[in-house]
Amino acid sequence: MASNTEQSAGQTPKGTKGIGFALIAAAILLFVVGLVGTKDPALSIHPMDQFEIKPAFGGKDLSIFTVTNSAIWNFLAVLAVFALMVVGTRGRAIIPSRIQSIAEMAYGFVYKMVEDVAGKDALGFFPYVFTLFLFIVVTNFLGLIPTSFTPTAQIAVTAVLAMGVFLTVTLVGFAKNGAGFLGLFWVSSAPLPLRPVLAVIEIISYFVRPVSHSIRLAGNVMAGHAVLKVFAGFAGALGAFSVLPIMGVVAIYALEVLVSFIQAYVFTILTCVYLKDALHPSH
Amino acid sequence: MATDTYGAEHGAEAAGMPQLEFSTFPNQIFWLVIALIAIYLILSRVGLPRIAAVLAERSGAITNDLAAAEDLKQQALDAENAYNQALADARAEAQNIANATRAEIQKDLDKAIAKADAEIAARTAESEAAIAEIRAGAKESIKEVAKDTAKELVAALGGKADARSVTAAVTARMKG
Repeated sequence: MASNTEQSAGQTPKGTKGIGFALIAAAILLFVVGLVGTKDPALSIHPMDQFEIKPAFGGKDLSIFTVTNSAIWNFLAVLAVFALMVVGTRGRAIIPSRIQSIAEMAYGFVYKMVEDVAGKDALGFFPYVFTLFLFIVVTNFLGLIPTSFTPTAQIAVTAVLAMGVFLTVTLVGFAKNGAGFLGLFWVSSAPLPLRPVLAVIEIISYFVRPVSHSIRLAGNVMAGHAVLKVFAGFAGALGAFSVLPIMGVVAIYALEVLVSFIQAYVFTILTCVYLKDALHPSH
Repeated sequence: MATDTYGAEHGAEAAGMPQLEFSTFPNQIFWLVIALIAIYLILSRVGLPRIAAVLAERSGAITNDLAAAEDLKQQALDAENAYNQALADARAEAQNIANATRAEIQKDLDKAIAKADAEIAARTAESEAAIAEIRAGAKESIKEVAKDTAKELVAALGGKADARSVTAAVTARMKG
């Protein structure tokens, strides 16, 4: 289904080299400082601690409205989106400033994706798709700041995002096509005896979509962060040989920058593919 | 994953995956939905319409500039054509003037040549008449000189010159 859509995934933004190096240097520094502070670094590698949800301002109990570390980084993501899309474009310049040009590139990137993959009649969903893309890409990149928190590494968050897409696609599919949406599961190009079998497979794959959609994002982000933490823990334990794990941290960090963007791209383009199914269910 | 080193402080947590701590889900989902709605409102109310307007304005400006450039190019072409036309006209006119002048000069020249020819013919005729006269005069003189010479010769030889026979002899001689 997504076979023809996985092109040009390698378009990473250029010109951020300096910032990238600064971030990596800061990451190394923070890891080193943090590890010097611990008493017995060899035993204190807790790669999963960073994913814990904690109340941000002390306290033990966690009600639904408690401001947690996750809530704070969600809020910072909203702030970053506001800075990029509203503050950055306030000049409305014909010749854009740097930030405005980034906002326009993101706009054009997702707009073209929706138009090419899901079709022109899906452009009504463009704000929704763009919201998903910006939220994921911004929280991913904010999560790469050392000691920050990454909401997209949480199953709860990605499951809500994926279920939202799943419900949208299903509801829109039935609203636009009525019972014709069920044609999505009836492969009319296959020989007749095969069709019921294929229908079962198609239905299973349809309901597995939100699972793979959410776990792909959370799993990638979580794995990267956990590996970074493990390497950093080794760096504390190996004494003079910590040069090697630190180089590993640098390499993994560079990979994570790539993954942050690519996972946002993959999530968005799969959303577009599913939307196309909802609007044009025929095979 | 890492449950061995974990146990002491985090014994209560399920299998070392804080993501599976279901008690935190309502809180996470609440803040996530707030954030998504906030981003959606920021984008759909301000961000996207603004960027769409800027992009439309830019493409309009580019289209206008291209049209203006096309216009100016056409004007330049027209000017070049007008210049070429003027050049061709001027050249043709110069050709005409040159031809007219040449024809006029030719006419004057022909007239002068004709006049000169006529004058030359008149002078030639005059000269020929004069030469004929001189020639006739010369014949007469020769006869006179011959007669006188003959008379003197006869007298020198002791004879008596008979004028009539001398004249006859000279005339006969001159004819022969």
